[in-house]
Amino acid sequence: MCGIVGLYMKTPKYAGELGRLTAVMLHEMRERGPDSAGFAVYGEAQDDDKLVLLSTTGETDWTALTKSLTAATSIGAEARPIGDHAVLTIGGDGQTARRWLIENAPDVTVLSQGHTIEVFKGVGDPDAVAERFGLSGRTGTHAIAHTRMATESAVTTAGSHPFSTGADTCLVHNGSLSNHNRLREELRRHGETFQTENDSEVAAGYLAWRMRSGDSLDSALKTALRDLDGFYTFAIGTKDGFAVLRDPIACKPAVIAETDDWVAMSSEFRAIATLPDVAHAQIWEPAPAKIYSWNRAA
Amino acid sequence: MSDTLIKNSTLDLADLTVRDINSAIKSAESGSFTILNPNGVHALACGLMHPVEVTIKGHAGYYCAGMNKEADITVEGNAGTGLAENMMSGTVRVKGDASQSAGATAHGGLLIIEGDASARCGISLKGADIVVGGSVGHMSAFMAQAGRMVVLGDAGDALGDSIYEAKLYVRGKVASLGADCIEKEMRDQDICELSDLLTMAGMKADPKEFKRYGSARQLYNFKIDNIDAY
Repeated sequence: MCGIVGLYMKTPKYAGELGRLTAVMLHEMRERGPDSAGFAVYGEAQDDDKLVLLSTTGETDWTALTKSLTAATSIGAEARPIGDHAVLTIGGDGQTARRWLIENAPDVTVLSQGHTIEVFKGVGDPDAVAERFGLSGRTGTHAIAHTRMATESAVTTAGSHPFSTGADTCLVHNGSLSNHNRLREELRRHGETFQTENDSEVAAGYLAWRMRSGDSLDSALKTALRDLDGFYTFAIGTKDGFAVLRDPIACKPAVIAETDDWVAMSSEFRAIATLPDVAHAQIWEPAPAKIYSWNRAA
Repeated sequence: MSDTLIKNSTLDLADLTVRDINSAIKSAESGSFTILNPNGVHALACGLMHPVEVTIKGHAGYYCAGMNKEADITVEGNAGTGLAENMMSGTVRVKGDASQSAGATAHGGLLIIEGDASARCGISLKGADIVVGGSVGHMSAFMAQAGRMVVLGDAGDALGDSIYEAKLYVRGKVASLGADCIEKEMRDQDICELSDLLTMAGMKADPKEFKRYGSARQLYNFKIDNIDAY
């Protein structure tokens, strides 16, 4: 069991409260996943690419690491540490920096990369994780968060959701995939890089691969229905978009609510019940194998 | 604590815990209660054993009205997974939609869902009646043993898979029938039965527009030659 929540602002009305509203939603889902938690916030787009890094030892020397990155790739970088994480603002190609760090910094996990996304995660009480990384004070266009009760891999910070393998793309998952080992190998042959043995990271990698190959999020989810085997309710974020997908058996719960100002999804309604103007929201249970998506750019 | 609550017919979850509310309602032998601010919390109005009336003003979470006996429970909103699970008697009415496994293993009583019910509605039904104003999701009435299910809208895939003696009435389209579930003739007695069920549920529909489904009784467990295997 896990708990997932997503909040996507259709208008700027509550953009300043994105973090606070997401933290309250996450709080409601902590019983579904007391092992660990994480969140992705899509803030204002920056000119520079940024990466969020996790130090798996908690002892990474961020200054030394950025120097090594710059020496090897000529990509300038500035690290801002937050707990065992650091946000790296870089002057260059984010994908190149990501790949170099995965290959050369064994005590570092790259949690996200992009112009808008920042991912933070940790083991333990979801409220404490949200507090540690200042979720409540964050602003932006959309956020996705997860509380985890681990089944397919160990309880570690790196194994916590959201998973992000492509630029400004992330995924949270309630369920378990049965063909993740084989699919991971196939995706590696297509050039995807993975940092854990987690099944949900493979789903994130799959979508990143499809979108890198030119698919829209909707097209990628359509082929995911064919290629991913297992149980899942996914919430997915892209730079401009948000989507929800359940497998055809639909054992894993989900509820969506929508007003003129926001779209929210959660494993259970009680997380959505906390949102402003929810009394006037349209509320429904997403149907099995049906893609629900919203996009600002469209 | 509960003496005060029993006299107080309005119970507000903004001030009280689910346990406070459930124990207060459960200890009452009669009376009516209104529950405010449910906000999707789980296990509201569960295990009631007396003819009390309960109105939940808003959306209920999982297992609402589970194991109900004799009580009349109304949810003025949607209900989460496992609504009226294992109900024994009484009436449960949901004005909105119900999530999966509504009325699972229910032995008796009447469950009315005015909106849609999602997957596995009436799974392993054991004698209760379920009337759904909208549509039901896939695998509804799976292994249903006894009781009746009426659907005014459509039914999803694999309706009545491995069904035993339960009777299903569907007005709209059935996406597909499950193993050993077949369409059956609408006899006069079925029209009468369906008409009564619709009246009990307060639903307006012409019984002649419905089709009846039930067991073909062709699976392994129906063959007398296999009795030694049990």
